[in-house]
Amino acid sequence: MPVADLKLDCVGLFCPMPVLKTREAMRRLEPGQILEMMSDDPASEADVRSWTTRTGNDLMEIDRNGATFRFLIRKAR
Amino acid sequence: MARPSGSSSARPGSAGAAAAVPRVYLDYAGLSPVDPRVVAVMRPFLEGGVGNPAALHSLGLEARASLDGARAKVARLVGATPAGVIFTASATEANNLAIRGVAERARGRHLVTSAVEHISVLNACRDLEKRGWNVTYVGVDADGCVDPQAVARALRDDTALVSVMAANGEIGTLEPVRAVGGLARERGVPFHVDAVGAAGRAPLAVDEAHIDLLTLSSNDIYGPPGAGALWTRASVKLAPVIVGGGQEGGYRSGTENLPAIVGMGVAADLVRIEGPAEAARLRALRDRLLAGLLDRLTEARLTGARDDGRLPHHASLVVPGVKADGILMELDLRGIAASSGSACNATTGEPSHVLRAIGCGRDSLEGSLCFTLGRWTTASEIDVVLDALPGVVTRLRELAPR
Repeated sequence: MPVADLKLDCVGLFCPMPVLKTREAMRRLEPGQILEMMSDDPASEADVRSWTTRTGNDLMEIDRNGATFRFLIRKAR
Repeated sequence: MARPSGSSSARPGSAGAAAAVPRVYLDYAGLSPVDPRVVAVMRPFLEGGVGNPAALHSLGLEARASLDGARAKVARLVGATPAGVIFTASATEANNLAIRGVAERARGRHLVTSAVEHISVLNACRDLEKRGWNVTYVGVDADGCVDPQAVARALRDDTALVSVMAANGEIGTLEPVRAVGGLARERGVPFHVDAVGAAGRAPLAVDEAHIDLLTLSSNDIYGPPGAGALWTRASVKLAPVIVGGGQEGGYRSGTENLPAIVGMGVAADLVRIEGPAEAARLRALRDRLLAGLLDRLTEARLTGARDDGRLPHHASLVVPGVKADGILMELDLRGIAASSGSACNATTGEPSHVLRAIGCGRDSLEGSLCFTLGRWTTASEIDVVLDALPGVVTRLRELAPR
């Protein structure tokens, strides 16, 4: 399983915060590095998919444990 | 008392030092100047030591009378009973109180709302979803209009609340709340309406539209920021979101923000009396702006409903292939303030949920522009935009050719 270079806890937050904080966290990574983001906002799955598609970052995995999503995103550039 | 006389008077505050550059302000939905007549009434409440409405001394009595006066004025704007008005600090708080407050007391665990609601309604619903509730988000047509029959089909035996906005702030579309309300009433389901965009701009009466809970914003009717209200019908079972000393009938504790609430009351009175004439004036300016922009920008498309199907002060369009951020920044350099219509969109750069819901193509999702006119908008401001925008779009296209 890929190991995250940075972990971001967005549990309890709602749109637009998970995507906003993800964007900020990705700025701190080098291309190829991986961010793990946790969120329990039901809208975050669609939001993160949309954001990664639009920005070209690689959404490697989405796990769901109960109400909580775990996203693994690899920085593209 | 200061009496600005409609279109000929300057916008409040525009004569200040910062007004050396001519400013065109077309973001009334983002923030509205407070009417000077409202400020004049608020001033003694800020300066004169008018009391806490809960106090037993005479200043408290005076404060309570002012509070009840504001309650009556706000209720009258939407044909409602004063006793049902609960003052809050914002429309967001009122929406939260409506949705969480009804959900808390209901037996059913299902809600119906639309895909184009304000983020405060959507996130209150998402929060309930996390805690085991089911929410149906009814889609909209290409104009952003909810189909009342689709709402009716979504109703279940355990539906606790239907929440549909009266008008969309991002694309201006007026929603068929009267039809939705009738169908919800038939099934005995309480009906909440977020009336922030529509109040004072489109006819709205709670009994006629079968509304059981209704959200209002102070600033959207030229009152001060920091006040909002939720009206509830006496039959609605509600639980408070904020508990404390039992103010506002126990449904919203915390000492009332009396200056802001009094201001909201005056603003409600003014917009009730002047709203219809103002809407007619702004509709004409809005139509000129939209017709001019669609004529000059051949690829641009209106978003939301046309003509009388939308808020009279609201013009919104997408410019395919050009980023809204870029246009807004270029307009700002020319002294024109407009918006993309969505704070969510502005902070994340993500296409808004409203544009996604009306099925805009990918190239249009980044190009939404929203011009909202108001009490001090002049014809010359419209002309400035009509002169400036085509050049801005051409320049941005040249900088970033597709």
